[in-house]
Amino acid sequence: MDGITPDLIILQLFTGLALGAIYVLLALGMSLLFGMLTVVNFAHGAFYMLGAYIGIVLLGIGLNFWMCLLFVPLVVGSLGLLAERFLIRPLYGRGIDYPLLLTFGLSYMMVECVRIVFGTQGLPFDTPELLQGASDIGIGYFPTYRLFVIGVAAMVLVLLWLFLERTPYGLIIRAGARDPQIVRILGIDVGRVWLVVFGIGTGLAALAGLLAAPLQGASPEMGNSILAEAFVVTVVGGMGSLVGAVIAGLLVGVVVSMTSLFQPEMAQVSIFALMAVVLLIRPQGFFGRAGLMS
Amino acid sequence: MATSKLTRRSVLAATSILAMPAVLRAQDATIKIGFPVPLTGPYGTEAKDQVACAQIAIDDFNAAGGLAGRKAELLVRDDKLNPGEAATRTLELIEKDQVNFIAGSLSAAVQLAVNNVAKQRGVIFNSISQSDQITALPDWSKTTFHEAMTPHLTAGAVGRYAFSKFGKKVVFLRADYAYGDEMVDGFKATGASMGIEVLADLKHPLGMTDFSTLLPRIQSLKPDMLVLCNFGRDQQISIKQATDFGLKKTTKIVAPILLYTSRVAVGPAAFEGVIGGTSYYWGIEANTPSAKIFNDKYRKANGNKLPSDYGALGYAGVRSILDACLRAGSVETAKVVTALEGAKYDSYKGGQEMRSCDHQSVQSVFIIESKSKDMINEYDVFNVLATDAANADNLRSCKDEGHA
Repeated sequence: MDGITPDLIILQLFTGLALGAIYVLLALGMSLLFGMLTVVNFAHGAFYMLGAYIGIVLLGIGLNFWMCLLFVPLVVGSLGLLAERFLIRPLYGRGIDYPLLLTFGLSYMMVECVRIVFGTQGLPFDTPELLQGASDIGIGYFPTYRLFVIGVAAMVLVLLWLFLERTPYGLIIRAGARDPQIVRILGIDVGRVWLVVFGIGTGLAALAGLLAAPLQGASPEMGNSILAEAFVVTVVGGMGSLVGAVIAGLLVGVVVSMTSLFQPEMAQVSIFALMAVVLLIRPQGFFGRAGLMS
Repeated sequence: MATSKLTRRSVLAATSILAMPAVLRAQDATIKIGFPVPLTGPYGTEAKDQVACAQIAIDDFNAAGGLAGRKAELLVRDDKLNPGEAATRTLELIEKDQVNFIAGSLSAAVQLAVNNVAKQRGVIFNSISQSDQITALPDWSKTTFHEAMTPHLTAGAVGRYAFSKFGKKVVFLRADYAYGDEMVDGFKATGASMGIEVLADLKHPLGMTDFSTLLPRIQSLKPDMLVLCNFGRDQQISIKQATDFGLKKTTKIVAPILLYTSRVAVGPAAFEGVIGGTSYYWGIEANTPSAKIFNDKYRKANGNKLPSDYGALGYAGVRSILDACLRAGSVETAKVVTALEGAKYDSYKGGQEMRSCDHQSVQSVFIIESKSKDMINEYDVFNVLATDAANADNLRSCKDEGHA
């Protein structure tokens, strides 16, 4: 294939990282829920989609995009709290497949509700004015908004890390994940910890959906395909590992990007090929603990 | 045998008496048109508009007295954009609901599935979505009609316009299925005689949500034109992201079919300056009387809204059948086929002709450009740049399609 210059390859690599940033945000929330709660959240894609639609609603009542970045995760996170309290909580301790099936059904209901309220066609979502157009990044032009997405993802990572590693509440969450029994004996309400974690996880999904909306508009089905990709990222990174989610997210982005440079029609398959290879060599993923699923 | 009074003759006589009321009922009953369309799924909006438009054709027919008093009825079914589902629904419509005709479908693969069932049972099917295959053997049959445009016709019209105006260096980006393939073939066939240079011909899987990984490569090729042979959300997202990457600064974006509903869904900014083809745009009413009449009926029935391109085909598909029933004075398949073949009509977009040899509707293609300013209302989204007049020479010849 001619016309492939080093500049193009670097630009392509960069495109992959930008693509990976959205995967990272989505997989982080998923990994958080699995690592802490052992909930495999099949409704994660639906919460992602909801993020985009709540964004449209908030923009409609006069908020701007920057305020949406704060309020959308809060609104959807609150819905996540309700889902945890009334739907997921009764299923704790019944095995991993109960919440899995429940969230699977929940995702169908959420998508259908959005179709009823907002229509099947999808809605436009304009890129915020400040971030429109392309910027020169030295090797070529790159959409300003995608640079912004990378920035937001990095910031969320830092905040999440500080929260989990440097606050007393983060300590409780980590302790609760390791041994809920002991934490409970120490007099801490583990139920509330899990509630908060579920809220954070769904809030992260909503943020990812809001960030994706200016890239592709909002549609009821937008969470379906990316859910599969987010699962691949969590599995490759290791179920429950946050570091794994970050590294695998970026890696998947780069693999898709480089494959599409040489063989575009293989791009989507390449994600699953990567997963197959990783699972063969390291069944628990990059940073996963072996036997967590059993 | 002596114990039984049942003879062959008496059985036949009894059967014919039993069958008689059914025959009589069939003649008095309403004219039923089965209408399988993807009400749920990504093309739901288009499908619902097709139903709204088809209903106008039914209501008109009934208001004018029907076929000597026999009224028409539309039986809408959801094919979920799935060929298997569509085949089942069509079979039910024919066997259980005893429809007289089938119209509808909104995908190349689905219409072939519907056609397959309809032709085996000898029921007339008037398809209202794009396909080259359906008018060609082996898919075609004597009862197969195609009201919509074909990819060959559409891509040819858009190609003739665009290649002469925006340059010869072209990159194709196609959705990897029949629609994308047939469109690219159409463009290449037209482009060959105009001396176009294909810099790249990229495929993407159906239902892609991020095209960013394809765009740097396209940009580095510096084409005059990027031809997007994809549909629905794929088209919306690829146009939006190409705009974000700043591709429009150097490259004209062209789509064989620029969907009215897509443009409405994505908004003016992303589609600005994009060129494409369409079977119908309501704006032609300024100089097409039949379009004005149709739009007014739609406005009246749908609270002043305006019909979409694929929606209007729902109207045309049903109306062609009902008009043929009136000309034939019957709903008998053979008579209606004869009435449809070679029919010249102007139901909503100017003159059309149902070509006798392959039952393809010869029709005009409108070349449109997306508007971003001076829009008089929310439906004012396109400028009609040119009209590729109805001309059978722009279609694949019947010989090419395998007809004798």
